[in-house]
Amino acid sequence: MTTQKGTRITQGQFSFLPDLTDAQITAQIEYALKQGYAINVEYTDDPHPRNTYWEMFGMPMFDLKDPAGILMEINNCRKTFPKHYIRVTGFDSSRGWETPRMSFIVNRPPSEPGFALVRAEGAGRSIQYTISSYAAQRPEGERY
Amino acid sequence: MTSQPLSAAAPQENSLDLAAMLRDSHALEVIEALDRELIGLAPVKTRIQEIAALLVVERARAQLGITGDQPPSLHMCFTGNPGTGKTTVALRMAEILHRLGYARKGHLVSVTRDDLVGQYIGHTAPKTREVIKKAMGGVLFIDEAYYLYKPENERDYGQESIEILLQVMENNRDDLVVILAGYKDRMDTFFRSNPGMSSRIAHHIDFPDYTPQELYAIAEIMLEGMHYRLSEAARAALREYIDLRRDRAHFANARSIRNALDRARLRQAKRLFADHAASVSRDALMTIEAEDIRASRLFRGEAAGDAT
Repeated sequence: MTTQKGTRITQGQFSFLPDLTDAQITAQIEYALKQGYAINVEYTDDPHPRNTYWEMFGMPMFDLKDPAGILMEINNCRKTFPKHYIRVTGFDSSRGWETPRMSFIVNRPPSEPGFALVRAEGAGRSIQYTISSYAAQRPEGERY
Repeated sequence: MTSQPLSAAAPQENSLDLAAMLRDSHALEVIEALDRELIGLAPVKTRIQEIAALLVVERARAQLGITGDQPPSLHMCFTGNPGTGKTTVALRMAEILHRLGYARKGHLVSVTRDDLVGQYIGHTAPKTREVIKKAMGGVLFIDEAYYLYKPENERDYGQESIEILLQVMENNRDDLVVILAGYKDRMDTFFRSNPGMSSRIAHHIDFPDYTPQELYAIAEIMLEGMHYRLSEAARAALREYIDLRRDRAHFANARSIRNALDRARLRQAKRLFADHAASVSRDALMTIEAEDIRASRLFRGEAAGDAT
């Protein structure tokens, strides 16, 4: 018996929905471009919720007019890292610094084993809880 | 049900009104503006009208469910001497393609070799790709495209850039239109060494040199834009100037005319000061006199390279 119903990572926007199709991704990017956001493609195979900084796939893309270019880059990234998590982030610079305004996952591994609950004994009888990814116990690049 | 004449009925499944589709796209306005504002260039205008017609037909076919495997290839090459309007037409082209629904955004990204080719190994591909991504949905205009290929240096990174461009021109036809521009002879050499590039460009458009009459008409349009006018004597002087200038070295068609007019404006300003008049009329401020044009070195019969 398992207590985890689904082990799909839920980070960023739309992550409780079924995976976005390319047409839906294009529509979201179209919105981001209309807002004047710079767009970045990132990937990781360590999807711990506290792992904020994923690896950048190329430079962030500024001054683009059309989503086709970003979709091309997403597909390049999918080809290079077919079993990694890939996310697209839109950064808003209107306040003087780049602020992530939107972020969503566009690629995930075929199977996601989920996280273990780890208990660490502290002083007295206190217990500290943390989680650890089953997949991340293997070395980088062999996780999924 | 009320009786309706057949012609007023909704369009039937098997017929479409091509003229109405062209009207609805508002591309005609741009084409007409192009016709009005650009003097001469007959072959260029014909080709643009053909392309517009093709795109409307293509759209009509799509509406009736007749679609081919490949969208039409619209990559172009503009060849011609300096100042014949290649960049101007490229700008309009982006607008026309946008209105006809071929280019989604209709912006023009104008680049030269420096924007595409890197300075060290591994620098070129990301650079070229970034430019391509920026141009997606619009037109990528590569000015002086022959510089991309330098035959004298076999380790030149230009070739890498050309290969990436070729790939994108083939695979992302509906995402961007590539327009190459350059002088005729150098572009011919460029295509000879890059046959793949030549065959992927469907439209090779040659920009002819302007005749003296056309140059004069261009000068009038330029002056109108600058809110100047020519006096009667100045008109004759300008015609003479054009005839003399055409035979000189470094003649750059419309660009030379623009420069000549700019210098005439300088001399006009100087003349207005030299007159020591207490006040100048609106008329005087707007009129270029014959002496402003005749002060040019050309009229003194000097053989110096670039005439002033």
